[in-house]
Amino acid sequence: MRLRLTASGLAVVRGFREVFSELSFELAGGELLALTGPNGAGKSSLLRLIAGLVRPSAGALALEGGDPELSIPEQAHYLAHQDAFKPALTVEENLRFWVRFAGADEAALGEALAAVGLGSLADLPAAFLSAGQRRRLSVARLRAVARPLWLLDEPTSALDAAAQDRLAAIMADHLAAGGLIIAATHGPLGLAGTRELRLGQASPETA
Amino acid sequence: MGPLGALLLRDMRLSLRVGGGALMGVLFFLIVVTMIPFALGPDLALLQRIGPAILWLGALLASLLALDRLFAADHEDGSLDLILMGRTPLELAVLAKALAHWITTGLPLVVATPVLGLFLNLDLTAVGAVALTLAVGTPALTLIGLIGAALAVVLRRGGLLLPVLVLPLTIPVLIFGVSASNAAIVGPVPFGTPFLVLCALTLMSLVVGPLAAAAALRQGLD
Repeated sequence: MRLRLTASGLAVVRGFREVFSELSFELAGGELLALTGPNGAGKSSLLRLIAGLVRPSAGALALEGGDPELSIPEQAHYLAHQDAFKPALTVEENLRFWVRFAGADEAALGEALAAVGLGSLADLPAAFLSAGQRRRLSVARLRAVARPLWLLDEPTSALDAAAQDRLAAIMADHLAAGGLIIAATHGPLGLAGTRELRLGQASPETA
Repeated sequence: MGPLGALLLRDMRLSLRVGGGALMGVLFFLIVVTMIPFALGPDLALLQRIGPAILWLGALLASLLALDRLFAADHEDGSLDLILMGRTPLELAVLAKALAHWITTGLPLVVATPVLGLFLNLDLTAVGAVALTLAVGTPALTLIGLIGAALAVVLRRGGLLLPVLVLPLTIPVLIFGVSASNAAIVGPVPFGTPFLVLCALTLMSLVVGPLAAAAALRQGLD
């Protein structure tokens, strides 16, 4: 059965300010939804809402065709600015922990590191990685653990051109396999057939 | 290896690596216990009488030291978000973190107790009694501290809030830990009575601590 994520009438209030309201969209398997809009429009809030980390003040979310035993956050990857890697652990230890914590197969680990071009840095403590390399390690986590829904918060930030192309290829693979991607972005993601959801226009009276 | 084992291993590894808090607790314990004979003067009988209380107070303060980083570090780097999203029940994940914290900071205190007992002129029975009560009691301190650590993240106040919240809750543990140790040394109460109450307190905090900490984390993360 094809996956389908449906959001209806979502609203988020943060610090007594309504970030967005009456937000509805539908996304089917194999589709990428790009969230655009000015700073503070609620792109990150929407991603955190879908990840179950922010409670909506109204509205509902549903994922059809997924595992009925699991909630939406349990079937999602969340790639944020804070990348959840410990500086004291090596690149491989960091990734291996998240793969184990997700209960996934550790065999895919080496391949995932190679796919983002970090294979040769596997034994380096994460403290010595550059911002772009850390971001690539986050992308390796998407690759190493299979999850149908990807929530990406500015995935291309700090990535060089070659790494952006690699990310586009990894995202294209995921979409081709029937996955869903919602990405907050300010620039082009380099993928054809991207749908766009522009935030920050629905409520012009926001202070 | 399951998710909980992975979390346990990661947290232990982190606190044993450079910059981790594993050694700090023991060093603090050592310093506190070493300072007290200097303050009290060379009265061996007095030291022997209040020795168990000193060791317990030292261990109590030392076990609180690294506690405020327990969730704060994971909150700052985004790990906590991913743990919250994970398929592992949050209560169990929190318990795994507490266990890792106890193994790296609580257990060394128990191991150091016999050495520090010598400083306080404690005989073999007394040292054994204090070490045994600490072995049973320090998990309760960590598990009660877990609630404070979760609240410190939620309320975005680190540092001093934690001891202020946690220390009053640890009073029963302190009372029965010290009274069990004293019962073994001077009596007249049998050792078993306060010791069993101490065991009960630890078991209670084993249930309440992870549940309350997980509830606090769920409520607070917005």
